[in-house]
Amino acid sequence: MEETLVDIDFKEKEEYIINMGPQHPSTHGVLRFETCLQGEKVKYIIPHCGYIHRGIEKMSESLTYPQLLHLTDRMDYLSAHINNEAVALCVENAMEVEVSDRVKYIRTILAELSRIASHQLWWSAFGMDLGALTTFFYGLRDREKILDIFEETTGSRLIQSFITPGGLMADIHPNFQRRVKEFITYFRKKLPEYDQLLTGNVIFRERTMGIGYMSKEDAIDFAVTGPSGRGSGFQCDVRKIAPYSAYPFVQFNEITYTEGDTYHRYLVRMKEMWESLNILEQLVDNIPQGEIMLNLKAIKAPKGEYYQRVETARGELGVYIVSDGAPSPARIKYRSPNFSNLFIINKISANHKIADLVAISGSLDLVIPDIDR
Amino acid sequence: MYDFSPFIDSINSFFTSNFSPFWASVLLMLLLGVAILAFYAVLGLYLVYAERKICARMQNRIGPNRVGPLGLFQTIADLIKLLLKELIYIRNADGFLFNIAPFIVIVASIMAIGSIPFAKGLQAIDLNIGVLYILAISSMGVIGVLIAGWASNSKYSVIGAMRSGAQVISYELSVGLSLLCMIVFAGSMQLSDIITSQQDGWWLFKGHIPAFIAFVIYLIAGTAETNRGPFDLAEAESELTAGFHTEYSGIKFAFFFLAEYMNMFIIAAVATTIFLGGWLPFHIYNFTAFNTVMDYIPPVFWFFGKTAFIIYVMMWFKWTFPRLRIDQLLALEWKYLLPINLLNLVLISFLTLMKWHF
Repeated sequence: MEETLVDIDFKEKEEYIINMGPQHPSTHGVLRFETCLQGEKVKYIIPHCGYIHRGIEKMSESLTYPQLLHLTDRMDYLSAHINNEAVALCVENAMEVEVSDRVKYIRTILAELSRIASHQLWWSAFGMDLGALTTFFYGLRDREKILDIFEETTGSRLIQSFITPGGLMADIHPNFQRRVKEFITYFRKKLPEYDQLLTGNVIFRERTMGIGYMSKEDAIDFAVTGPSGRGSGFQCDVRKIAPYSAYPFVQFNEITYTEGDTYHRYLVRMKEMWESLNILEQLVDNIPQGEIMLNLKAIKAPKGEYYQRVETARGELGVYIVSDGAPSPARIKYRSPNFSNLFIINKISANHKIADLVAISGSLDLVIPDIDR
Repeated sequence: MYDFSPFIDSINSFFTSNFSPFWASVLLMLLLGVAILAFYAVLGLYLVYAERKICARMQNRIGPNRVGPLGLFQTIADLIKLLLKELIYIRNADGFLFNIAPFIVIVASIMAIGSIPFAKGLQAIDLNIGVLYILAISSMGVIGVLIAGWASNSKYSVIGAMRSGAQVISYELSVGLSLLCMIVFAGSMQLSDIITSQQDGWWLFKGHIPAFIAFVIYLIAGTAETNRGPFDLAEAESELTAGFHTEYSGIKFAFFFLAEYMNMFIIAAVATTIFLGGWLPFHIYNFTAFNTVMDYIPPVFWFFGKTAFIIYVMMWFKWTFPRLRIDQLLALEWKYLLPINLLNLVLISFLTLMKWHF
């Protein structure tokens, strides 16, 4: 990278550089794309992150495991449950305890619900990036239903901190199963509406097909995981590769496309919503009885190094804990999906129009606080 | 039945009989100017209100509903807010051009309003080249947009302005050609003549399929000319934040905003006048009872009803379609609309020559 940096400094004097961000409607947060343009065409992009760096990893070193869990919500706030689950699983593995099947089922249901909610919000915002403003309200209308379910059971809507090492904070609300089932039937009816509004639209297809091509090799080189990687044929679904929680008990398909353009990254997410509904349907009626919280005297990982990965709505989230046996980790590192997914953007949007850059960055589905942590 | 000419004439004669010819014309001009400005402001504000309500309906929302009954005074409150807001001075901006740009945009649309026939006799000026005048004046607005983008000294604004320039100049051709098609039918460029030529049926119905093609092309090109979605590349909120008016604040921004809505009104009004019979009522051939009832509805209502319908269609476009990309936008015009339009013009000339239209 050093070479190119020198190169760019020299070029900056004569080239048309615009800064998209830190405050810009299309970056969905405080991310800055230093974009070099030639007319409407993008020559190169340098993503600058760090505007919302909160030092979560460093802070975690002085917190106990149940405490640091609350910080993980604030990374990828759209899949808060899944982030919690990652830390919880890692700590449980370290302590060599296993939670009951009931906890596993509930964790998976919550994770799939957050995946749907996250994809709904992504769909809304992606439409808006392309100028179709109505999608935003359709997506949020349906997301509201999921947030209501979360609110009833966990007490909060966005960042729940519900899944903790050793189990769950509380049992599910008596309405939980009924409302999830209601949501499944409701959303099965609403999903075709999404396709009618956006997927089938001629302008939308023209705007996304063949734009931002990412080959499978690129996806692997840049470690692009999640739906963005699967759009290029990179089979990277952790739920399949290394099943955790209740995923071994359910049947579902890993959605992959080989085309690797913006449109197929879009399709992966649309299909994943259907798949998540299937997973929910298989689980929601079969939640077994069991204890909600293991009776652990003290939550501390024995001396050693532990790694656990889970599939969030955006890709593979890894938690790496180095423990010296104390109640708080000696070092904790998150392998966040967005940080890895971000840096492909220069490669796939060079030589496209500036409007395509917005579409491409939308199709990577970046959540900025997760990039910086 | 509803003819405004006696009313207009009585105002005219009141001034000419009571004042010297010079003062009479000065006062008349003043009266007209105030009337048009008031009409412009009120209509502009309520178009904004209408858009907010309509898009709210399309998006499962309620829309403005707090200020006044049904939120009717919301946009007026917004205007007052914009009037009172500080005008931010941009460092290194070209002060003179920066300040004059919103006026060019708004003056262009006010001038175009002047020649639109709202009802029989209710037209500020009935030029014998009315269509040409409206085309010429309404395309002046893009100069203001270009100046605004250039003078703001902002990179986003320049891109927005250049997009707007490319877009308006391209789509001006399609607007002009599709209007030309109808001028061939009507045989006149005077707006009142075009309306009277539709006494026995609107051109949309009389002109067979070519007139319909011209109408559709006019609607598409007209939407593009007003820089509205799905052709709102000049503003392109998600790419260029706000395009050419990124740096404007307060009332200068309001000028751009109002002008956008009034341009939409002008496009719809011209479509009404030329394709849908202007203020003429809807008639069904040989259905006298129905026709008599329709005649009782005042022409002003007919005019605004038809215009409102077209405006609704344009808003419908905006709130359901994603935005095009600049190369797709230009390809649509130069590769599809323009050739179709030229063919259409030949076809219409042929139809008119053979007197095959109704």
